[in-house]
Amino acid sequence: MKKWLIMLLTTILGLIGLAGCSNDDTASGDGKVEITYGFWDKKQVTAIDEVIKLFNEKYPDIKVKTEMTPYGQYFQKLETAATGAALPDVMWMNGAHVEKYAEGKVILPLTDLAKKENYDLDNYPKSLIDLYTVKGEIFGIPKDFDTTGLWYNKKIFDEAGVPYPDDTWDWSKLKEVAKKLTDKDKGIWGYAALMGNQGGYYDFIWQNGGYIISDDGKSVGFDQPEAIDALNYNISFIKEGLSPTQAQMTETAASELFSSGKVAMMFDGPWMVQEYKNNPDINVAVVPKGKQRAVAIHGLANVIAANTKHKDASWKFVQFLGSKEAADIFAKTGTVIPAYNDTQDAWIQAVPNINLQAFIDGVDYSVPLPSVIRTGEIWQYETDVLKKAWSEEESVDDAVRELTEKANEALSK
Amino acid sequence: MNTKAKLKVSNLTKTRKSSDFFWAYLMIAPTMLGLFIFYLWPIFQTLYFSFTEWGAFGQYEWTGLDNYKRMLEDTNLLKSFKNTGIYIIITVPIGIFFSIIIAVLLNQKIKGKSVYRTLYFLPVITMPAAIAMVWKWLYNSDYGLLNYLLSLFGIKGPQWVSDPKIALYSIIVVAIWSGIGYNMVIFLSGLQGIPKSYYEAAEMDGAGPISVFFKITLPLLSPVIFFVSITSLIGAFQVFDLIFMMIGKSSTALESTQSVVYLFYQHAFVLNDKGYAAAIAVLLLIVILIITAIQMVLQKKWVHYD
Repeated sequence: MKKWLIMLLTTILGLIGLAGCSNDDTASGDGKVEITYGFWDKKQVTAIDEVIKLFNEKYPDIKVKTEMTPYGQYFQKLETAATGAALPDVMWMNGAHVEKYAEGKVILPLTDLAKKENYDLDNYPKSLIDLYTVKGEIFGIPKDFDTTGLWYNKKIFDEAGVPYPDDTWDWSKLKEVAKKLTDKDKGIWGYAALMGNQGGYYDFIWQNGGYIISDDGKSVGFDQPEAIDALNYNISFIKEGLSPTQAQMTETAASELFSSGKVAMMFDGPWMVQEYKNNPDINVAVVPKGKQRAVAIHGLANVIAANTKHKDASWKFVQFLGSKEAADIFAKTGTVIPAYNDTQDAWIQAVPNINLQAFIDGVDYSVPLPSVIRTGEIWQYETDVLKKAWSEEESVDDAVRELTEKANEALSK
Repeated sequence: MNTKAKLKVSNLTKTRKSSDFFWAYLMIAPTMLGLFIFYLWPIFQTLYFSFTEWGAFGQYEWTGLDNYKRMLEDTNLLKSFKNTGIYIIITVPIGIFFSIIIAVLLNQKIKGKSVYRTLYFLPVITMPAAIAMVWKWLYNSDYGLLNYLLSLFGIKGPQWVSDPKIALYSIIVVAIWSGIGYNMVIFLSGLQGIPKSYYEAAEMDGAGPISVFFKITLPLLSPVIFFVSITSLIGAFQVFDLIFMMIGKSSTALESTQSVVYLFYQHAFVLNDKGYAAAIAVLLLIVILIITAIQMVLQKKWVHYD
């Protein structure tokens, strides 16, 4: 009899163990509601934790669990999670993906919610509200925005006796200074010609008068002469030995080469402030002019999953993330430029040793990062194809032909 | 034994048997359930999805054989099978060769035996991602340890993971290194299963260590070698993590290193082309089945079961 009992118990325990795996009740033991918050930037964890702490002072019964996924995997994970109806309750969204997620009905339209509670959308720059408005409905509350600046290492400039970059610079000046600063013996490159769209070839193409996606959204402009010139200009830094090669930059990230004093100048966004602010050698200036000055502007927003079980709690959290209080925390830590109007001054003052005004100036000549349903796919093709040009395996002409063909096909679907 | 007694015995075995079966099935039920939900069901689902085309967020439509037709023209797929083939042809035999040698050596009476065994087994319990990250730094062409050591001899080291001609072989080295410990332990247990009397007899007949190895150890180890060759071949077909971690997305060496599973990942999760990805997975399943079947047939020629 005893043996019989043991066997039964073993079986029951086994089955319970199995059932335990599928337990997805999100309410935690002490009666609190728990919501999850998905985002990708490790550099913002401190600020986010602080915001959540402040949020809990107001709403002690809502627990927020953070889920950090590196950007490289973030949208893959979201896509899969959305397919399996397992999205985080609240999450970051970017301009490239919002249309797809909105039309796929996996994120919640916020227009009615905002109306009901008189939530004021005029507190954010209109361009950002427009970015997250799909077919007349707003889907995300803007969190921050970013432009591009020319980051530079003062020490390398001083040692070479070259004046720092300013707003008189143009493309030829950038090249000229890069030549002066490149020092093969010390292993220093003048400029990192990074293969990236925002803060990279997109900016250069616009500076040269080109376009990325046509106004009717049916074709891309990579094969236009302005774009080809811009790409050739970028790659010429590598060809002339003024920039690390594509292979070197995939082995060691350009930003690491830059922060360790191996690269004198590079384009990058304000999201690097957190990383660079303790380095006394690093500063930033406005980007040089081509035919005109231009940089991409883009901002993130917080969105709510359409199938969330805790709609009220999520909406409360999103409202708080979009509040002035939250914006002030992001400003104070210098993490990113908060989207909430008039909190930018606090951001500029947060890190006085870096000329953050350069990024605010960027707003004046900024171009919104293009967004169509297939943006994510086009970005993938850009990486796949342009890397052949960047590594000098293929000419720019051949690469843009292939890229244009693939991207146009994606746009026609 | 009279007939009555016989009948009683057979009745007893009969009842005993059915209740045994009942308990046996009850005991394995949780595992069977898990196997069915997490292994068998997905296989059939994958087969079904390989005939579909996917849109955003899980909408799909039946497209029949379209995905398989598309495969015929996909040069990337061919390339990824070629890369996987090179990877298998090198890692499996060399991996088995080294693990046998090390297992035999560690089966001797040497000092610090357990320390060596632990050292060789360490990479197995390390996360593949951690292994890949550490090796990625060792391999770094400008700042890595490997090229630094080479530079001491005045040699300029290659770009281990970004030169398309070398990158695959750099990964192979890591794969062999990290796989040796696991196979070694299996070989060690196999070696310890060989009865001592064979060796004593060989010693009496005056056989040298080399002929003992080839005439006794290797033939008696052949069932274990067979097992290891099948599992490591299947494992090698599924290589993904090392490539994913060590070769960047914008790396120039990606085309010459991407494996079949990497291509599957690319289609399923990056391009959201899940139907085609499922078709790739089905193709891979078929290829592995065929090769395993061939191995099963060939084993009759070289595997000795005592």
